[in-house]
Amino acid sequence: MSIFGHNIFPTIFHPAILPPDWPAGFWSHLIIFVVILFLFIILMAMAFIYFERRVLGRFQIRIGPNRIGPFGLFQPVADTIKILIKEDIVPLNADKLIHLLAPGVVFVPVVLIFAVIPFQNGAALVDLNIGIVFIVAVSSVSVVGMVMAGWSSNNKYALVSAMRVIAQVVSYEIPLALAVVGVVLIAGTLSMNGIVQAQTIPYILLQPMGFLIYFLAALAEINRTPFDLLEAEGEIVAGYNIEYSGIKFALFFLAEYTEAVAISAIITTLYLGGWKGPFLPPVLWFLIKLFVVFFVIIWIRSTLPRLRIDQVMGFAWKFLLPLAFINLLITGIQIVVWPNISQWVIAGVNIILAALLIVLFSRFFRTRGDKIEVQ
Amino acid sequence: MVLKTETFILNAGPQHPSTHGVFRMRMTLDGEVIQDVEPVFGYLHRGVEKLAEGLSYPQDIVFTDRLDYLASMTNNQAYVVAVEKLAGIQVPERAEYLRVIMAELMRISSHLMAVGFLLNDLGAFMTPLLYMYREREKILDLFDMVCGQRLTYNYMRIGGVSQDIPDEFIPALKKFIDSLSGFVAEYDQLLETNEILLVRTKKVGILSKESAINLSTAGPVLRASGVNWDIRKADPYSVYGRLNFSIPIGTKGDVYDRYRVRIEEMLQSATIIKQAIEQLPPGDIQTKIPRVLRPPKGEAYGRIEGPKGEIGFYLVSDGSANPYRWHMRAPSLINLTVLREMLIGVKIADAMAIFGSIDICVGEVDR
Repeated sequence: MSIFGHNIFPTIFHPAILPPDWPAGFWSHLIIFVVILFLFIILMAMAFIYFERRVLGRFQIRIGPNRIGPFGLFQPVADTIKILIKEDIVPLNADKLIHLLAPGVVFVPVVLIFAVIPFQNGAALVDLNIGIVFIVAVSSVSVVGMVMAGWSSNNKYALVSAMRVIAQVVSYEIPLALAVVGVVLIAGTLSMNGIVQAQTIPYILLQPMGFLIYFLAALAEINRTPFDLLEAEGEIVAGYNIEYSGIKFALFFLAEYTEAVAISAIITTLYLGGWKGPFLPPVLWFLIKLFVVFFVIIWIRSTLPRLRIDQVMGFAWKFLLPLAFINLLITGIQIVVWPNISQWVIAGVNIILAALLIVLFSRFFRTRGDKIEVQ
Repeated sequence: MVLKTETFILNAGPQHPSTHGVFRMRMTLDGEVIQDVEPVFGYLHRGVEKLAEGLSYPQDIVFTDRLDYLASMTNNQAYVVAVEKLAGIQVPERAEYLRVIMAELMRISSHLMAVGFLLNDLGAFMTPLLYMYREREKILDLFDMVCGQRLTYNYMRIGGVSQDIPDEFIPALKKFIDSLSGFVAEYDQLLETNEILLVRTKKVGILSKESAINLSTAGPVLRASGVNWDIRKADPYSVYGRLNFSIPIGTKGDVYDRYRVRIEEMLQSATIIKQAIEQLPPGDIQTKIPRVLRPPKGEAYGRIEGPKGEIGFYLVSDGSANPYRWHMRAPSLINLTVLREMLIGVKIADAMAIFGSIDICVGEVDR
């Protein structure tokens, strides 16, 4: 295994110097992970921050950052420097140890997601045979960090935010995981690389409803509009990280955007065919798809208002969960009954089914805007 | 197992993103649900009413600009109407029409801000607000053209207006009014079909007809609760008697109705301006008033329909050049009295929406 087909430092870290039960190339992998992957994550998070601000600016009929560097490209760098040299303030009655640990607990699981994401064929840190299960498991850990931050800050806004986090993220894990099962059933593998290789046509066509469920649940997981309750600016000011400043806040901020990168990468891998694509190199295809997914997320952010907490919960349990089960049932039946039918036929059937089901389900939630009388 | 729970107190404000200035809500919360709320204000108190007693009548117009700074023109108008009533001054017809045009433009501008900030409070990240700003900017440009100011106009004067409109004003105004109805319709269509906006605003913060009347609310808040009360119709001042327009009335009195009433009022204001342009007579814009205005002894209450409700000025004269008493009926402050009744039992998120739907301006609440 290696990154981009090159095994770096094959001679320096010879397998012989490793303990016998460690995999070969462990040290080289570690260094690659720490240096290349970590650098990639940070740079991507910065690129996403820049991209979001520019695109949001365009949506909001303004320009966005354009002062520092060409096209304002160095704005994230300037922001990072500013945030790092700020004073680190710990509230007086804070639970100091938990307050210190929380940013790490939020950030580390998000970084770990990238360990199993294939940037091109085989170019992942580890091609775990349970890759997607690993992602679902690891990504739920960061909730703990958010609750730790909310609790330890000794701030009521942060506490309200922490309560919202628990309710929301735990609820949305279920439709999220169920939507993934549909993909796994079709691909017949849990490995992320295997899922990409199995996609002769992108799974967004085979699993249109699964894609929508996953996308919405993922928006809730990364606390994006319309599910950005825990940092609802108008209500609880900044949410769980209200009492953080300096590098600790930077870690939260970075974790938020890294999570956005991670979710975009997972959606790309599971539903959009990962690194597959004609003409361009696979890595480029991967990045293009990443930005397309993130663009849709920004688009939603710039357009929609926020839901209330009971509506968010209702949406997860009454809307997404039944749809996720139905999706799973349909996928299972199709695999058992017509295992050899053309995928294009199944895609057509599934798209029609998804449209019908969504129209049917949204009937229950329809509120009508009526005109008022003018006298 | 029975868990021990307790309520806690959350201070929203005075520095809080959705308090529209320095307003504070001391909320007693049971989890997310508000059990009690105590509005605290006065952070922006400048003693304007007392200050005004020390200056002459024309000088006090400047203070009215700085009360409700999102609707300075209508504040000006309410004050000069009161002074004219006190001193028995007749205003030339052209000036009355100009006042109506400016007041209706101001109403559109103020409602744009109200709706924009309501949506911002609902969590639509800045986008609707900035589109509203785009339209408001055109109105500010028009005001700039007339009186050289963009925020504090000091345009309405006792006995008329400060300056006549320049030649390029009427074409620019016509162009804006024509584009406005299209903009409002497009904007309304985008929002009206938005499911999230509807579930967030419908059946939220219902204010009954009785409470609305008993707490003496005015303006869109009152009309959204189904009361047909608009000073422009109920007690026509200026030239409103000659203009043909209708009053939008809500049915349920929820946040959605308040939002709709404002949208409809913008369109009605546009029709008023169209008629006013057609009827605009030539002539004087200012009657002759004495250099030092000394109204006879007595008192007067002049009122107009502002964007946020009934703006009234109560003036007492002792025959000198300065008012003896200078009091304002601030619609924002009186509309705020319904806040507690609407907030108890709702969630924090709804509280901000309800607060936004009342549309206050702290400059006017605290004075």
